[in-house]
Amino acid sequence: MIALLLRDLKLSVRAGGGALIGVLFFMTVVAVIPFGVGPDLNLLSRIGPAIVWIGALLSALLGLDRLFQTDRDDGSLDLLLMQEHPLVLTVFVKCVAHWLGNGLPLVIASPLLGLFMNMSEVAIGATMLTLLVGTPALTFIGAVGAAVAVALPRGGLLVSILVLPLAIPVLIFGVSVSYAAVEDPAPFMPPFLILLAITMFFAVLGPLGAALALRSASD
Amino acid sequence: MRLTAENLGARRGEDLLFQDISFSLDAGQALVLTGPNGSGKSTLLRVVAGFLRPETGHVALTGPDVASGVKLAEACHYLGHRNAMKAELSVWENLSFWKSFLGDFEGGKGLPVTQAAEAVGLGGITHLPFGYLSAGQQRRIAFAKLLVAYRPVWILDEPTAALDVKAEDIFGGLIRHHLSSGGILLAATHQPLALESVKELQMKGFAAVAEERW
Amino acid sequence: MSDSIAITKISELANPTRFLALAGRVLPWLAGVTAALFMIGLYLSFTTEGDYQQGATVRIMYIHVPAAWLSMMCYTVMALSAIGTLVWRHPLADVSHKAAAPLGAAFTFVALATGSLWGKPMWGTWWVWDARLTSVFVLFLMYLGLIALNRAMDDPSKAARVSAVLILVGFVNIPIIKFSVDWWNTLHQPASVIRMGGPTLDKEFLWPLLIMALAFTLLFFTLHIIAIRNEIWRRRVAAQRRLAARLASREA
Repeated sequence: MIALLLRDLKLSVRAGGGALIGVLFFMTVVAVIPFGVGPDLNLLSRIGPAIVWIGALLSALLGLDRLFQTDRDDGSLDLLLMQEHPLVLTVFVKCVAHWLGNGLPLVIASPLLGLFMNMSEVAIGATMLTLLVGTPALTFIGAVGAAVAVALPRGGLLVSILVLPLAIPVLIFGVSVSYAAVEDPAPFMPPFLILLAITMFFAVLGPLGAALALRSASD
Repeated sequence: MRLTAENLGARRGEDLLFQDISFSLDAGQALVLTGPNGSGKSTLLRVVAGFLRPETGHVALTGPDVASGVKLAEACHYLGHRNAMKAELSVWENLSFWKSFLGDFEGGKGLPVTQAAEAVGLGGITHLPFGYLSAGQQRRIAFAKLLVAYRPVWILDEPTAALDVKAEDIFGGLIRHHLSSGGILLAATHQPLALESVKELQMKGFAAVAEERW
Repeated sequence: MSDSIAITKISELANPTRFLALAGRVLPWLAGVTAALFMIGLYLSFTTEGDYQQGATVRIMYIHVPAAWLSMMCYTVMALSAIGTLVWRHPLADVSHKAAAPLGAAFTFVALATGSLWGKPMWGTWWVWDARLTSVFVLFLMYLGLIALNRAMDDPSKAARVSAVLILVGFVNIPIIKFSVDWWNTLHQPASVIRMGGPTLDKEFLWPLLIMALAFTLLFFTLHIIAIRNEIWRRRVAAQRRLAARLASREA
């Protein structure tokens, strides 16, 4: 299992890995927003956490279809399916590796984008923290979509359409926790704990669903 | 150790590719599937390897040396058309990943990575990225994967495609060694493998349209 | 013992040929009852008095509320069929959830559209990001995604299994989405949202509503059975065509 984690990490860093593309896409999306809504710094700082979160959501989806597709293309997926390690665990490890390669860079890049959006230090910190807690949930829920995409002759876009509605709770709580840290009356801990709970819930449900879909889709 | 299949039937989409296929293989025996393209050779192999649920019948590995509750797939090596190797990683990284991920089936031990690469005649280039190798070399490394982790049953789908005569000889030797040490071989191939005393199963292809479902 | 008998009974019934025979017998009756109920329901809907606050617009509710109920019931039917697909691998379950998806999307669309029509005079806008509207809208998106997924795959049985997984994951997720949307709404919007239903329903409104709800439910089952029947026929035709193609190549 550790071997699998290391292999997937190496692959995401080496040439052709999606890690860098994801971060670049994230920065581009967020950088485009001010051109759309205008350079009003007050407005930007108000919508900042939401924009950063939406950018992170979109770029997390961007690399997802590769989660199982590359393994299927070269035949590795067959061998992964054959082994006695529970498939759920294999999928879980692949998700963790994918998050370390693609999700964590987004979290690390988010403070810089927070500066662009004229967010306060507290807001930047809160957004980074919620991204750290919330983006794994996006990967886990996306794993189901990625597993479904394996069966599709042309997956890509359909995965995003299927996964986005399911990711709404993560977005809602991610953003509201970020705002709760800045706005005074709103409590911080309850939504934060709910976000944590959602992530843990999807850490179970996502690999289960993905494993089921992979088994069904193999031919 | 004995591999038995009874009344296997499988579908591809809505087509019933074959039905009522039975065979049994003891340790040291080999079965070669022949037949035209699309006759269901690969499908039969994928059924045995556990990727496809058979429409009818079942396959099982039995014997005093097989622990009960062992799934057949765990005792199998599967070498498909694709090599299951990452072009970005070096040969050594690829092989050692599969060695530690696959682990050994009880009753045997896999070769160390370097030795396995030497066995297919490519001991000197394990440091190169897999993508830099020629198609024939890639196939040989894929074959070395069968050696790094021990599995009693080998399922090979067109193993000798893209190989020259010399490499075929190496393969023949490795397969003979596997069989003589009590292994079981299931292979689908166009070219004859240099093996004596193999069972042969002629696949005809397309048994029926699975319309009785509807 | 009785267990296994029950299971054989069900699987006998679920044999496609038997299903077709049964559907042929049941459908006329079902359609007839549905039509009758609709006539009664619509008559009542238009003859009962309008609400003193909302006027005639209250009548939209007689369509809107049953459609909204049905949009949720349809997903439940799909989830049950999905379990049938994954656990028993029954071909009829495959067909059932495939046939239900467009129906669910249609009922959800009716619910959204009538809600929007009702919202314009009542709230002064076609759409508000009210918790309930939003979660129904998300449900609509999920239906559309499932339809798209089914259309994107060539092998029908594989498509059925994969979409069954997605249906179940979605089903587990719906309560979370609903809950989070409620939370989101209370956090972002002032509490001035006009609640649907307004005053507690009195008998005047209750009767037409219940009859319409029953009529909609029966309509759903009628349409669902017809859709399943069509899908079975479609697959039989496909199997025959395939057979013709294979036989031609064998003769050649």
